[in-house]
Amino acid sequence: MKRLAWPAGILAALLLVNLIFTDHFFQIEIKDGHLYGSLIDIFRFGAPLILVALGMTLVIATRGIDLSVGSVVAITGAMACLEISTLSSQDSIGGVLGAIGIALGLAVALGVGNGFLVAIVGIQPIIATLILMVAGRGLAQLITDGQIITINSDPYKLIGGGYWLTLPFSIIIVAVVLALMAFVTRRLALGLLIESVGGNAEASRLSGIRSHGLLIVVYAFCALCAGVAGLMISSNVSSADGNNAGLWIELDAILAVVIGGTSLAGGRFSLGGTVLGALIIQTLTTTIYSIGVPPETTLLFKALVVTIVCLLQSPAFRAKVFRSRRKPAPPTVPAGEKVTVRT
Amino acid sequence: MKTLALPRQLPGRLPRNYLPVLVTGALFIAMFTAGGIRYEGFATGQIILNVFIDNAFLLVVAVGMTFVILTGGIDLSVGSVVALTTMIAASLLPSTPSFLVILLVLAIGGVLGAAMGAIIHYFEIQPFIVTLAGMFLARGLCYTIGTDSIPISDPTFTAIAQTRIDLAPELWISPTVLIALAVVLVATYTLHYTRLGRNVYAVGGNEQSALLMGLPVARTKIAVYTISGLCSALGGLLLSFYMLSGYGLHAVGMELDAIAAVVIGGTLLTGGSGYLLGTVLGVLVLGLIQTVISFEGTLSSWWTKIVIGLLLLVFILLQRLIVTTGVSRER
Repeated sequence: MKRLAWPAGILAALLLVNLIFTDHFFQIEIKDGHLYGSLIDIFRFGAPLILVALGMTLVIATRGIDLSVGSVVAITGAMACLEISTLSSQDSIGGVLGAIGIALGLAVALGVGNGFLVAIVGIQPIIATLILMVAGRGLAQLITDGQIITINSDPYKLIGGGYWLTLPFSIIIVAVVLALMAFVTRRLALGLLIESVGGNAEASRLSGIRSHGLLIVVYAFCALCAGVAGLMISSNVSSADGNNAGLWIELDAILAVVIGGTSLAGGRFSLGGTVLGALIIQTLTTTIYSIGVPPETTLLFKALVVTIVCLLQSPAFRAKVFRSRRKPAPPTVPAGEKVTVRT
Repeated sequence: MKTLALPRQLPGRLPRNYLPVLVTGALFIAMFTAGGIRYEGFATGQIILNVFIDNAFLLVVAVGMTFVILTGGIDLSVGSVVALTTMIAASLLPSTPSFLVILLVLAIGGVLGAAMGAIIHYFEIQPFIVTLAGMFLARGLCYTIGTDSIPISDPTFTAIAQTRIDLAPELWISPTVLIALAVVLVATYTLHYTRLGRNVYAVGGNEQSALLMGLPVARTKIAVYTISGLCSALGGLLLSFYMLSGYGLHAVGMELDAIAAVVIGGTLLTGGSGYLLGTVLGVLVLGLIQTVISFEGTLSSWWTKIVIGLLLLVFILLQRLIVTTGVSRER
């Protein structure tokens, strides 16, 4: 739990800023049977990012990285909208479910491809997924034929923009996925196996873990999460844009994971931290809008927060800055130096 | 894998390390020949020179990226630094002498790179994350300066943009190509004939060993990111000569093109192995793909991305093959 202290503190600080500068920020009201409020909005607009980041967490726990999630977001959105646009009745639930099935199936297939390149062929994850990141944008535009496909389908609209039991449907999806993942990785052995593969893939294989299969499953799951996020994004705006949907979401997702305390070196992960990290990014964006900072400077703030969070989490930084401040002239070998030599 | 084993020495006594570069070169020649057979007016020298003219800025940026990747790092900030450079240049030029502007933007690029390198080395944060923050910072600074495109009408800049250097009848290049080639030459000299260059390969091969051998790892790592920052700023200047405008949305996604060019050029992303000549060929191949697609006419622009992705796949598989056969022979 100590690991979650930094991200939780930063999220609390961000919320505090909102409490001071924004009126009615913490107000949640019910209109037409739906929950409304800034906090709900943060969850609602942050839902795709949380999903992508959750999938990314498992990949990073295996000492991998998946750069292709943004492209997968665009491809699934494009595929689903293309299939729905060819339906005779866009409101038919069966047809929409079929389209979603095809799109998610495609996403899983792409993820298996990534996993195959990483696990069987043995390519560095960053490169293996770079291929799909570059080619995937082209594929998405190929599917939409370079156009923006607009659809008008109520069942599809539910995924990203609808409400169910007074809650936005996207939040429910995220909650279900999070609960499933927490159960499978923390109550069953899968989480331990993933961390063990991330710690040392070869040693895990020798000790009887099927690390190749596990890697493929993890990459496929990450792509599936990205696929669902792609459905949410395209359903929220009822259209598919092969060029811009999910642009740079992979970077935000990786940031969310890192802010949440999962090490890029693999071997351990924290689902709660990732959710906090994604919420920090989304809250930051909302805060910038609500306290009236010009939106052009969003990226500057993001850069600042990322740098601060990463520096605070870096053991080397803490050793160098905080220790030297407390002990201005250490008489023996400073602890900071020992750390640098060992790592 | 035995059937796939590659000869340790290629015919003509070339080390196996050159194979990816040779394959990229062969690919370039094959694409050029195929294009020449298929399209009228393709097989001229000017087509190759045009690829240089249109990609001079990418070439310079990719050279900087090669240094970083050779040490096993990565620099995601290059595209944003390019955009920031065009933006600063365009906003300062009306009131400031052009040589001052050029010096200033180069200094900004270098300082930004050095700062990222220092954070990466001293605070042990992954290059991926640090340069990602640098990317946000530079892009954010662009938008803070202005969200619109700013035209450049400075006489020096327009003069460089409009100059044509005739090499032969029907063959010409722009001054930006000369600058880019000069950068390539200086960088090649640095990598292969100076201490810094050897240190770059050593750090990329194994940082721990380099440290234990007493090589200046800190200085080398900060130096490569500084070089990358400088190259990005210079690339930004070349882009502002080419576009004659500053815009926060210039060079979006250019870091991917630069990384792709370096990988297609045969440099290993784990560091320690690769050549600048490969990067030059990688940029040429990327440029030629665009030329072919524009000659084809009916092919849409997104095919560029798909083809680049497929090429990346092929080259990475090839590299993998070379590495595995190398390992199996050593056993």
